Amino acid sequence: MANRIALTGDQTAAYAMKQIEPDVVAAYPITPQTEIVMSFSQYVADGEVKTEMIPVESEHSAMSACVGSAAAGARTMTATSANGLALMWEIVYIASSTRLPIVMPVVNRALSAPINIHCDHSDTMGTRDSGWIQFYCENAQEVYENLIIAPRIAEHPDILLPVMVCQDGFITSHAVEALEPFDDKDVKEFIGEYKPEQTLLDINKPLTYGPLDLQDYYFEHKRQQSEAMLNAKNKIPEVFDEFEKKFGKKFDFVERYKLDDADIAVVVLSSTAGNVKVVIDQLRDKGIKAGLLKPKIFRPFPDDEIIEALSGLKAVAVMDRSESFSNQGGPLFNEIRSAFYESDKKIPIVNYIFGLGGRDIDLEMIESVYNDLMKIVEAGKINKKVNYLGVR
Amino acid sequence: MSDNKNGWKDIPIGGMIKKAGNAFEYKTGDWRVYRPVIDREKCIDCLLCWIHCPDSAIKVEDAKIVEVDYDHCKGCGICAEVCPVNCIKMEKEN
Repeated sequence: MANRIALTGDQTAAYAMKQIEPDVVAAYPITPQTEIVMSFSQYVADGEVKTEMIPVESEHSAMSACVGSAAAGARTMTATSANGLALMWEIVYIASSTRLPIVMPVVNRALSAPINIHCDHSDTMGTRDSGWIQFYCENAQEVYENLIIAPRIAEHPDILLPVMVCQDGFITSHAVEALEPFDDKDVKEFIGEYKPEQTLLDINKPLTYGPLDLQDYYFEHKRQQSEAMLNAKNKIPEVFDEFEKKFGKKFDFVERYKLDDADIAVVVLSSTAGNVKVVIDQLRDKGIKAGLLKPKIFRPFPDDEIIEALSGLKAVAVMDRSESFSNQGGPLFNEIRSAFYESDKKIPIVNYIFGLGGRDIDLEMIESVYNDLMKIVEAGKINKKVNYLGVR
Repeated sequence: MSDNKNGWKDIPIGGMIKKAGNAFEYKTGDWRVYRPVIDREKCIDCLLCWIHCPDSAIKVEDAKIVEVDYDHCKGCGICAEVCPVNCIKMEKEN
């Protein structure tokens, strides 16, 4: 039997970081990410890793230090949540635009105001256009595996983009789960040594990062970023294959649960997918053909995989744990609906905004979504495009 | 804008500049509204203008001021301001 250890989602992220053993970690603690920084600092203090730990005075400084470190050719990580991510905003864009392969666990938490420390996805969904690759994790095991694969994706010479690995605040970050980690040696072998093509500190090949870039070249550099994200979509499967060869586990952009023969399905990110699976099992016992599609990666957006997975369905509900205030529903809904515009299949797709500020999402609520979907199939039309689930 | 500049496939990623000393290739002279003109008769070659010039646009040979590099001089006027013998006049560009 595989080695199993009991860790919270935060401790899991720190454990993955220990195995990755980045050259530099610059981080500032913020609830509910605090335990990542705390646990990793302990590894540093105990001499279990040789990582240079920079305890900075803010998240703006954390990401700034990461940019400098990554530009200097060091494998670099940080971690944050919510308002911390908001504070590092300026540098979040600079990291991706400067094409620095920084890896950052993010513990999803609602953005202020009013102040709230609990889970929703408003923080990372706000950065969806920042040019970072984004993983969303259902549980601690996924946090672990996504973090182990992240440096390989970030540092891929055809990609060179930073990666966020998102887990749900408190729900995942503070719950103890049984983690099945890989051997240190296997992780080290899989990740390999980071050998950047050029670094800021190579005096024989002088290099300037982040110069002024006006009307004449800025657009070209943005076009390169688009291409890098397209490359990410095309090259990530190669990294998946290597991961499977090394660890014997299959990886994909999306996870399907009882979807092949389903009539109706929910699409949702992160920990809520686990609750949805329980509801699906209950509905299946009643003969209702319910399924789930869980995107594991939101950036690059897995449009083909999503269309392919949902095309055979009679109705779909996309559940968003963030609100975009566009009057058009949440970000996941918007992108899935947009992806279907050019598809031959016209499927009724509805949106449920749920769980903001850590509001509980229970099994009955999820069942009510499937009940709504059955009514949509019966009536052949949608009553309400955007719905709010669990709000008084 | 796009006449003979490289496209996105042909430039280093992320705005990286791989060649040192390239600021020389960026001709900032056309930013100028006023041009410094040095009266060599009055100039005492103290080199204060040379050391203050933010664009290294005062050219010196053998410790003597020889010319202003108008390809790079932005016309900020610091040289005229620091000159102890007032031998630099800022003249309006045409």
